[in-house]
Formats: sequence, C-alpha cells, structure tokens
Amino acid sequence: MEIPRHWRLKKQRYALIGEVCPYCDGKIFPPRDVCPHCGGEARNVYPFSGKGTVYSYTVMQDAPAGYESQAPYTVALVKLEEGPVVTAQLTDLGEQAVEIGMPVEMVTRKLREDGGAKGMLIYGYKFRPVGLGPH
Amino acid sequence: MREVAVIGIGQTKIEEHWDKSLRELAGEAVLSAMADAGLDHFDALYMGNMMSGSANFQQHLGAYIADWVGQRYTEGIRLEAACSSAAAAFRTAVMAVASGEVEVAVAGAVEKMTDSPSDIITGELATAADADWERDQGISFVALNALIMRRYMHEYKWGKEAFAGFSINAHANGVNNPNARFRSPISEQDYVRAPMVADPINVMDASPLGDGAAALVLVPAEKVRSAPGQPRIRVVGSGAATDTIAVHSRQVPLWLSAAEKSARQAYAQASLRPEEIDLFEAHDAFSIMAALSLEACGFAEPGKAPLLALEGEIRPTGRIPIATMGGLKARGHPVGATGLYQLVEVVQQLRGQAGANQVPGAKIGMAQNIGGSGSNIIAHILRADE
Repeated sequence: MEIPRHWRLKKQRYALIGEVCPYCDGKIFPPRDVCPHCGGEARNVYPFSGKGTVYSYTVMQDAPAGYESQAPYTVALVKLEEGPVVTAQLTDLGEQAVEIGMPVEMVTRKLREDGGAKGMLIYGYKFRPVGLGPH
Repeated sequence: MREVAVIGIGQTKIEEHWDKSLRELAGEAVLSAMADAGLDHFDALYMGNMMSGSANFQQHLGAYIADWVGQRYTEGIRLEAACSSAAAAFRTAVMAVASGEVEVAVAGAVEKMTDSPSDIITGELATAADADWERDQGISFVALNALIMRRYMHEYKWGKEAFAGFSINAHANGVNNPNARFRSPISEQDYVRAPMVADPINVMDASPLGDGAAALVLVPAEKVRSAPGQPRIRVVGSGAATDTIAVHSRQVPLWLSAAEKSARQAYAQASLRPEEIDLFEAHDAFSIMAALSLEACGFAEPGKAPLLALEGEIRPTGRIPIATMGGLKARGHPVGATGLYQLVEVVQQLRGQAGANQVPGAKIGMAQNIGGSGSNIIAHILRADE
C-alpha cells in the first residue's frame, strides 16, 4: 500500500494536469521541478487536452504483479498534441487493430487495486481510439 | 591519476543455483578472481547488485561479502545502478586505484534471482523504470523495450526477421562458453517461430535471467608487467552517463544518448576511434538494445545496425564482434552482475583465453553496460600490452 504516493499524483492521473514553462513556453508532462527544455524553474499549471496519437505500442502477455487479471492488454507511448509523450494503456479497443499514428483520447479508468480486492482502487489515465462516443 | 590494470578474473556459471546462497555465489567469484591474481588480500571491495534487498532480503553487500571471503576490516560498499550496477562497481574500483587511495581493489557483482517468485522479480526489474509514470501503467521492462523496437522497425522499415542475426550469433557463441546459461545454437526458424513476450519482442529477443556472480581484481598498472602468454591488461577508458529515467521523456527515443556520451568519453581517454575496437561486449538484454548500442557507439549509422548482423559482421571473425561469449542473450543476464561478466569476457579475449570464440588478434575490447532502458550507460575500454 502506497497511499500518499497515489494521493499526490491524483491531479495528473485524473486530469492530465501538467505544466507550462514560464521562460520558454514548453509544455511539460508529467510535471517536473526543472523544465526539460530550457532548465528554468517549472511551476505554472497547464491542463493538457488529452488528445494525441499512438507513437508506439505493444501487448503485455506477461503482466507484473497486480496487473495479472487484466492481461493481455495494450500499452503505448502516446504523443500528446501539445508535444510530450506519455506511457499509458490503450482501452476500449474492441476489434480495432492498433496502428502507429492512430488518434486517441484520454479516459479515466481503474489502473489496479493496491492491497488486494479490499485495498485501494487506483485510477488514472488510459487512452482510447477517438470517435467512440461520450465518456 | 595512476593507470590501472586488471590482474584477476572470476565468474560462476549462470543458472538457477538453487543449492547456493547469495554470498556463496558472490564468494565463489571473488575468491576465484583473487586466486587468478595470486593474491590473498585486498584493500577495498566494490559490490554491484540491483535487487538483493527485495529478492534475497539482504542488503549491505560490502560488509556481507567481505566478511564471507575472509577479508573483514577492508573497505566494502555496494553500488546500485539497475542493470548497470556491475559496471558502476568496476568504475568505482578503477577510480579508487587510479586516485592512489587504494592499492588492490576488487570489483565484484552478484545477482540471485531465483530465490523469489518470477512475478516479484518482474516487478522488481520494473523498478529500474519510473514508478509514477511508467510502472503504474502496468508496463514491464520487456514492454518498454518492445515500444522502442516497434518504433525502430516502423521508422527504419525493418521486418522482425532482420533482428534474427543478433540472437543467432549470441547463441552460437554461448555454445563454447562453459559459464553460459544456454549452450545450444538456434536457427533463423527458431527465431521467427519463437513465442511473443511483448510484441515485437519474442523469447529469442529477450535475455534470460539467472543467478550469477563475477569479479575482477584491479591494481596500479605500474606494478604489473606483461609475460609471455599473459599480457598486461590496462583499463584505458571509462565513461558513464545518464539519460531520462522514462523512455517517454527522451527527445529521440531511438537514440541511446547515454551510450554515445559514455563511449565518446571512453574513446577520448583511450585516444581511440570506434574502428580500432577489436570486440564490443554490448548490453544485448534485447536485440533492439544491441542494435541501438552499435549505432550510438559509432559502429553503425542510425537505423543500419541490423545490416551488421545480417552480414555476419558481429560474429567473432567479423568487423565488430559482439556477445563473443554468448552475450546477455545466451550467457545470461543476472541483472546487477552482468556488467562484470562482460568485463571478465573482454579480459579473456585480450588474454587469448576465449577458446573457440577467440577474436583473432584481439588487443582492444570495449564493454558497455546499460541500466534501465538506456537511462544509465557505462562503457569501459581495456587494452592488452605487448
């Protein structure tokens, strides 16, 4: 159980809240204390749109502890339209084949349970193909 | 700074050592390196290890192993840099001797991975990635490499079979290494038909884990002379660099910037160019990492490393032999110990003791150890004196 760690990350996990650098205007996700583009102090909040495209993907057959019940599942590098790339699962794929360049959008889903079935539910972002209707 | 020489090497076979403990394995390698060096004492022990705290419930390996090999009262610490822990221990030992502070240093490394269930080990390996932004998404270490490999195939238009040469070469060389985890050759058919782990990475792209330990003894080079059949082996280059902890944060995820920087640092110290390297023990934890390493270290243009494999240039008789004793793929990958196996094998090659896998006339060898998915890379160049 890592309750404080997950609690600390909830804004980023639930709403893709990142940062914009006040010096170079670089968009930053996940948030950092130092801008990766110019080295300035990063501190201005910036909400990301949640729109992006698949940069790369793979299918997890052999899941790590805590994720076994979800396997197989697809994980991807998603390039957000504002620039940064995030690592996330793809969801709601149905029969749709995944391709590099495919447009996707962020949704909030359960990532896993921390501490077994009676433990804490950890929610976070996943991405689904665009055009699948309301959240 | 003093020049540093390697005068002793030791290694255990890599396998599932159910009958041996963490310290028995490490002790076997360290004592064997001391015997090879003809020494019964050392001044400092630098132990590389990634996960003994969670896999074996034992930390504090400096004192733990020094005590076990009968060298209590010496200095002893443990170094951790994920899968590059062993090279970190070696670099620390090199610097200790070079500085003049330590006369005889032992770089040791051990990983005992079969004492814990495999899902625990899989999770433990993922701790080399970013816990908040990679691991919590349910990603494994294999999958991170699969993401890189798929993008590489997409950008450079390679099919899966183009990577077969890396695995075939490694397994062919593992056959002749008595310490290797796997000692059977594989064919292109075996490669193409291997089951997927995380598409496009199949079982034949991924290195096997295992238990193992290796060690090297380092002293000031001025105290060593070459003898017939026993050349003096000097450490002529040592470089280390980091990159972003998460793959997704890299400007160019297909370029190992830390490999380029650490190799350039080592080349500059050694006053050597990539063309002068006789063999290269690359960190082929996955086929894609062998390809990216060859490119970043200056042996192939970006996107062209699979050609080296396809044309046989990575075999012991080729232009830039890699995985000469099996590499991570066939010798095995006891993660925090791997970097010292690579260095032990470079010494074997430079001494002319590599048997059937001997690289003809090898005088200069490089070893490159990667931690995480390219986030910590340490390169060393060793040279045999006439």
